Amino acid sequence: MRTITDFSHALAAKQASAVELATDALAKATAAKGLNAFLHVDADLTLAEARAADKQFAAGVTNKPLLGVPIAHKDIFVTCGWRSTAGSMMLANYVSPFDATVVERLRAAGMVCVGKLNCDEFAMGSSNENSAFGAVQNPWDTSRIPGGSSGGSAAAISAGIVPASTGSDTGGSLRQPAAMTGITAIKPTYGRVSRYGMIAFASSLDQGGPMAHTAEDCALVLDAMAGFDERDSTSLDSEKAKVSIWRAFSGQIASKRPSNVEFAGLRIGVPKEFFAEGLSADVGARVTEAIETFKKHGATVVDISLPRTALSIPAYYVIAPAEASSNLSRFDGIRFGHRAAQYADVNDMIAKSRAEGFGREVKRRILTGAYVLSHGYYDAYYLQAQRVRRLIAQDFQTAFKSCDLIMGPVAPTTAWKIGEKSSDPVAMYLEDIFTLGVSLAGLPGMSVPCGFDHQRLPVGLQIIGNYFEESAMLAAAHRYQQLTDWHLQSPGGHK
Amino acid sequence: MSFDATTLHRIASLARLDVPADQLASLGAEMSALLVLVDQLQGVDTKGVAPLAHPLSAVSEMALRLRPDEACAEINREANMQNAPMTENGLFLVPKVLD
Repeated sequence: MRTITDFSHALAAKQASAVELATDALAKATAAKGLNAFLHVDADLTLAEARAADKQFAAGVTNKPLLGVPIAHKDIFVTCGWRSTAGSMMLANYVSPFDATVVERLRAAGMVCVGKLNCDEFAMGSSNENSAFGAVQNPWDTSRIPGGSSGGSAAAISAGIVPASTGSDTGGSLRQPAAMTGITAIKPTYGRVSRYGMIAFASSLDQGGPMAHTAEDCALVLDAMAGFDERDSTSLDSEKAKVSIWRAFSGQIASKRPSNVEFAGLRIGVPKEFFAEGLSADVGARVTEAIETFKKHGATVVDISLPRTALSIPAYYVIAPAEASSNLSRFDGIRFGHRAAQYADVNDMIAKSRAEGFGREVKRRILTGAYVLSHGYYDAYYLQAQRVRRLIAQDFQTAFKSCDLIMGPVAPTTAWKIGEKSSDPVAMYLEDIFTLGVSLAGLPGMSVPCGFDHQRLPVGLQIIGNYFEESAMLAAAHRYQQLTDWHLQSPGGHK
Repeated sequence: MSFDATTLHRIASLARLDVPADQLASLGAEMSALLVLVDQLQGVDTKGVAPLAHPLSAVSEMALRLRPDEACAEINREANMQNAPMTENGLFLVPKVLD
């Protein structure tokens, strides 16, 4: 029993109670402590939520598919009563007075919180090694990274501790860890999921989303997370944003098709820039095989070009740090967060509190951001990056004229060894090449398990859709998962 | 260009970030490497291209929604101050600013 669907069937059939499922998840979290996936576990808080869910079952509630199902939250989402650290010493003891909208909505849907999950500090990283509370291990090979920044969220699902978790994606932080741990995740269209209470990194890029074993589970959780929120000024309230993702997804998967032409009419764009130098042979082979599967079952494959793919790296590493330097200015040691013990005056107190509270990656990004926004450099760096951002977004629109979905690899390689790339930040930034463009354009992007490399490390297929096409992406991924079993495989030792 | 100590000091002071002397050289080197990466943007022809701030403005212009400028009851002063390092009588305490 691994998926949400398994859990909710067991709950509905009274084969298990929410308290039993929560107790089991807590025991698994304890047994897998070595992974360092969880930053905060509190059995009393979890069991209180589980008892409340069981009370709803006892009262005859039957219309909540997520009621009593365990979940855990990336520590970037603030949670009332739980610590909310963003993986930073700056917030090591921070307890939020309110819930993030995402947390509030999943709680209302009846999901039971099992704990808070490790992540790169303020979600800045691609390996989870930038957490102030230590690296997270990949359940498939504990000497390797689980990807990042939602590394704890990915490891907790992959290890079978929880069937779902929340994550956030600024430049690939949902998709890349999902790929590296063999699970499914979706970064929705920018503005679908409220950023209220999601500790801000780069506000024009940050987007929350679900991680789970299957596309179907992602559709269920995303449907509960998404929707207009007046407390986020970028939350979308257009007609397209109001359509229920679950209802649209169910409608699409219910339409009967002959089994050998599952994907009839689907045009898949394959960007040649995603299969260029630097892509590992194993990843290239698995992704190509996955696309062949779609083709074999009726899809048409179209060659496309995203000519500015490589430029997404410098554009992102200007825009994201610029927004980060602005967002992180709120950490001043005055209203919340770490305050230095020794200081000369108020400015010294702020500068020392920040120096002590932030880790090296975060400092580097704050300094980069302050630099590209400073007098004399703003036009050359920041505005130029935003112009390139528009060109990148336009390239996707041109591509979508000839295809419905775009497919390619999520990351150039499978999970690397812990410590292998941590001495060269720029080398690690280059690993983000296939995910950054989607983030800059605000498009929805998914990672779907599509096989393993020669060391049995998971490979992810990236599915990119146009704005608001989440249900079509999830439906395509679901049909693919009916034809394959990559998403059902689990690492040994942490079942 | 490289990130020399003077530039790093100036930026660190703008960012209100204390950089210990023993980290200056290594941080400067990392920043210089990053600048080499982002300098790739300089060669791109963007004449006539408007900067894109809100990603969905790529297809149709998006305006940020503002809430009405009205007092609301969402702010709970006591709860919001529970994480402050030092407070007194419902106020945040900082070192003396004026003599």
